[in-house]
Amino acid sequence: MTITDEEIRQIGLHANSIRQTIIRMLVAAGSGHTAGPLGMADIFAALYFHVLKHDPKNPDWSARDRLFLSNGHIAPVLYATMAHSGYFPLEECLTLRRFGSRLQGHPERELLPGLESTSGPLGSGISQAAGYAYAARMDGKKFRVYCATSDGEHDEGNSWEGAMFASAKKLGNLTQVIDRNFIQIDGNTEDVMPLEPFGDKYRAFGWHVIDIDGNDIRQFVSACEEAKTVTDKPTLIHARTTPGKGIKSIENDYLWHGKPPSKEEAVAFLSELEATREKLLK
Amino acid sequence: MLNKEMNLREDVFEGKEKAPTRNGFGKGAVEAGRADPRVVVLSADLAESTRADAFQKEFPERFIEVGVAEQNMATVASGMAVYGKIPFITSYATFSPGRNWEQIRTTIAINNVPVKVCGMHAGLQTGPDGATHQALEDIALMRAMPNMIVISPCDAEEGRKATLAAAKNSLPTYLRFARDKTPVMTTPETPFEIGRAQVFWKSKNPGVVVFATGPLLHNALLAARELEEKGTGTAVVNVHTIKPLDKETIVSLAREAGSAVTVEEHQITGGLGGAIAEVLARECPTPIEFVGVQDKFGQSGEPKELLEFYGLGVSHVTEAIKKALARK
Repeated sequence: MTITDEEIRQIGLHANSIRQTIIRMLVAAGSGHTAGPLGMADIFAALYFHVLKHDPKNPDWSARDRLFLSNGHIAPVLYATMAHSGYFPLEECLTLRRFGSRLQGHPERELLPGLESTSGPLGSGISQAAGYAYAARMDGKKFRVYCATSDGEHDEGNSWEGAMFASAKKLGNLTQVIDRNFIQIDGNTEDVMPLEPFGDKYRAFGWHVIDIDGNDIRQFVSACEEAKTVTDKPTLIHARTTPGKGIKSIENDYLWHGKPPSKEEAVAFLSELEATREKLLK
Repeated sequence: MLNKEMNLREDVFEGKEKAPTRNGFGKGAVEAGRADPRVVVLSADLAESTRADAFQKEFPERFIEVGVAEQNMATVASGMAVYGKIPFITSYATFSPGRNWEQIRTTIAINNVPVKVCGMHAGLQTGPDGATHQALEDIALMRAMPNMIVISPCDAEEGRKATLAAAKNSLPTYLRFARDKTPVMTTPETPFEIGRAQVFWKSKNPGVVVFATGPLLHNALLAARELEEKGTGTAVVNVHTIKPLDKETIVSLAREAGSAVTVEEHQITGGLGGAIAEVLARECPTPIEFVGVQDKFGQSGEPKELLEFYGLGVSHVTEAIKKALARK
């Protein structure tokens, strides 16, 4: 399936809206993660507006593709994307992290239709998605299972246990997309606990690995298509992303991993994003 | 005297028929697999030892080997349960739920999916393997977890029934099993219902009620018989379900007897004794003596000598009963 320039432009616009919503959510919540959600906005927009088979009005549709979010702390990008694609009203995004909200600080499956898993504690998502993919294959189901992960969570042994399992069981119905943004809370991933050569590690584990620029929508969509053609092993879309993408002053700064913008910063960030939007619309 | 309604084995005191409770899991899993195609069993490189191999032989396509990776086993099972399977995950209790406790908490309990965590080799009677392999904290670990059901069968037959019941309850559930051969007390006709404690023995005027869980229930029965012959009446209750606790039965018997003893192959902190104390402190303050491991790790040895060394023998139950009586 090819994607047209116009489709890419539309996804880019969705990603811009998602980024703006993320900023508003984080300011309203007063806590949460900024860099990761902004960096993954292009991929999430592409997933929900192009790649995934899903129906926001029927979140339990049995033939839908499943998306497991492993690094639950980037929940704002998931919630914002779900809202923009019609799972729930956009205003509800502003309840993020509030008492009684369905938008918990880290996603809880039982609270919000459309969530496939409960996550937050890192390193568990690959195994959960792999278990799901394994069970689905037992029953001959045709949908795909996607799992979004982070690089920092690959410090966890559970991540690699899941990677071994998915490969051993030849889960061709599983696609992992890694947010390779090189930051984690204590600093650059290569300073905290080196992960390189990351893609080669996965190749050695028996995965089909596709290296892409994770902020290039065309490359991501094309990688998702390629993954569908590999039926005897799981695929890793090794997506090099820019943390904080869209806000020049914070891009690649690990200090923005785990904090929200202040009200003043948010005004500047939103106007920067609005300017980008204007350019996309021209 | 023995409660006839429980249909216990006639030779219950002699304890001639012995089997490890994990054998009950093996049989129960196969029966559950026959009854429900959604049942799957996961193994972390211990299929023979956990008796998961019985299921593996009959349903190879529903048996999933994950290697020595208990965290992976719990999270893979979580994904399978979200899909709609009923996974039983099997390992030694020190590793599962010991090593993978957080994965169980997040992806099974908060997620509220029906994974059955089967912890084998629980208790001191794991024997020669030593402290690292003798789970004595697992009940506490799992009891503190919301949404989690905790079951500790007293013998292999009850282990079979508990496995079957867990397959049907649609809830996150912990099943505790042991390695060593222990007396079979119950029969296929003995009733079993999750959450319902069972009076196995009751003297005419019980002055102490003994709440026991797991294979040590046999020691409680032997102590009760011995004391009745000497004129001391007791009641002995099989508390196979530690969560949810059968408060009604427990409070009513404590009120009738006026003192209590708890018996378990587990730390006295946070296990059955802790659970009973929490209920009785609120509902019916009662003197309680705790037979269990007194804040110590185990060590290598033969099961019987370990039980004696750590104070879990018949004589220790008898002494605890006398102490409880004296505190009334």
